[in-house]
Amino acid sequence: MTVLQNTLYVTTSEAYLRLEGETVCVMIEDQKRLQVPLHHLSAFVLFDHVMLSPALLGRCAEDGRSVVWLNRSGKFSARLEGPVSGNILLRQAQFRAAEDGAQTLRIARAVVAGKLRNSRQVLMRGARETDDGDEKEALVRTAKLIANQVRKIPLAEDLDTLRGLEGDAARLYFEALPKVMKPQARAEFPFDCRNRRPPRDRFNALISFLYALVLSDCRAALETVGLDPQLGFLHAVRPGRPALALDLLEEFRAPLADRLALTLINRGQLQAGDFDEREGGAVLLNDKGRKTVIAAYQTRKQEEITHPVLKQTLPVGLLPHWQARLLARYLRQDVAHYVPYLYR
Amino acid sequence: MLILVSYDVSTESAAGRRRLRRVAKVCLNYGQRVQKSVFECKVNLAQMEILKAELLDEIDEEEDSLRIYRISEPLDKNLMEFGKFKAVDFEDTLIV
Repeated sequence: MTVLQNTLYVTTSEAYLRLEGETVCVMIEDQKRLQVPLHHLSAFVLFDHVMLSPALLGRCAEDGRSVVWLNRSGKFSARLEGPVSGNILLRQAQFRAAEDGAQTLRIARAVVAGKLRNSRQVLMRGARETDDGDEKEALVRTAKLIANQVRKIPLAEDLDTLRGLEGDAARLYFEALPKVMKPQARAEFPFDCRNRRPPRDRFNALISFLYALVLSDCRAALETVGLDPQLGFLHAVRPGRPALALDLLEEFRAPLADRLALTLINRGQLQAGDFDEREGGAVLLNDKGRKTVIAAYQTRKQEEITHPVLKQTLPVGLLPHWQARLLARYLRQDVAHYVPYLYR
Repeated sequence: MLILVSYDVSTESAAGRRRLRRVAKVCLNYGQRVQKSVFECKVNLAQMEILKAELLDEIDEEEDSLRIYRISEPLDKNLMEFGKFKAVDFEDTLIV
């Protein structure tokens, strides 16, 4: 049984992490700020310029602890890679599936179905919670349109058609999403379409950052299970792109990232002051905002849910691990289908 | 589970002072110092056995004493904290 261990986030630049016995010490300006026994940690997420001592790097590589560096806005910049491990037979199965058009399409369909189904759930939940009759109706209407797209998925004969369905549904979804936001928050979080590189409004900045956090968890989950995070099915292979991690991310975008973003906004936990505007119209979370978001994400990961396929309770933070395992089971032909995580 | 490790190590001799340092070091690998000779460690049963064995290797049972308490859940009911020191919950969100 996998145990959900903690992740240490270091957002203070110029911090230095070193190994001391079986513990990691976070040093800031030569002062020991925090000392944590390694047995509590399975991952480090480091922002900007955070250094690790060679001894700590070596230890993490050896134990398979994930170490990821992100830039201020949460964009991936580097990660630590230890010796290639895991099950070569599983990776071979993964490569064979990627060569096989029919199997690739089957996995890609499951990925898109999971994504659309879960984004539809977020809209339906918004519809249940709103008091405004017109908006409720609009949300239900969009949810129905997305359901129609889901029905077309089995008919998609190739990846391009499938990506077309996904794109159309995503556009509908993001058009409707502002209606899930409380009316009083909408002035602070104006949002009409998804944009990135760089995000041009606060909501986009927020969800981009959350996607980066979930993606790094997906990637770590795939590596733990022994799959190659770079070889995807829906996402084409490109140098440096974690295509399979992006595939896995799809089913979690709406329930883990978008829903959390909306909750933070609706509860007033995030406000305009938590974001900075940069030259050229880019908007980014600032230090305070970033800490609020990380804390909320960590809390969410501790929450327990009942997995619809496994019928057992597990913390939200282990969802990527279990989905990666289900994918591995499918690739090894232990089960007939890959079933994405379905959010209720 | 949360355990409380407390010890008295005789510091009369150089060997005793050395034992004191080494006992503290072992405890730090599993938890955090909450008072001078008191540590709180969140461990599972296996880790607790290893910790116990490592501590017994360090102390001199003729001279020193070691006590390990297990604190039962729920911790917010069974553990009270006063004064200037606030322990870090290693299972809570860790952001520096």
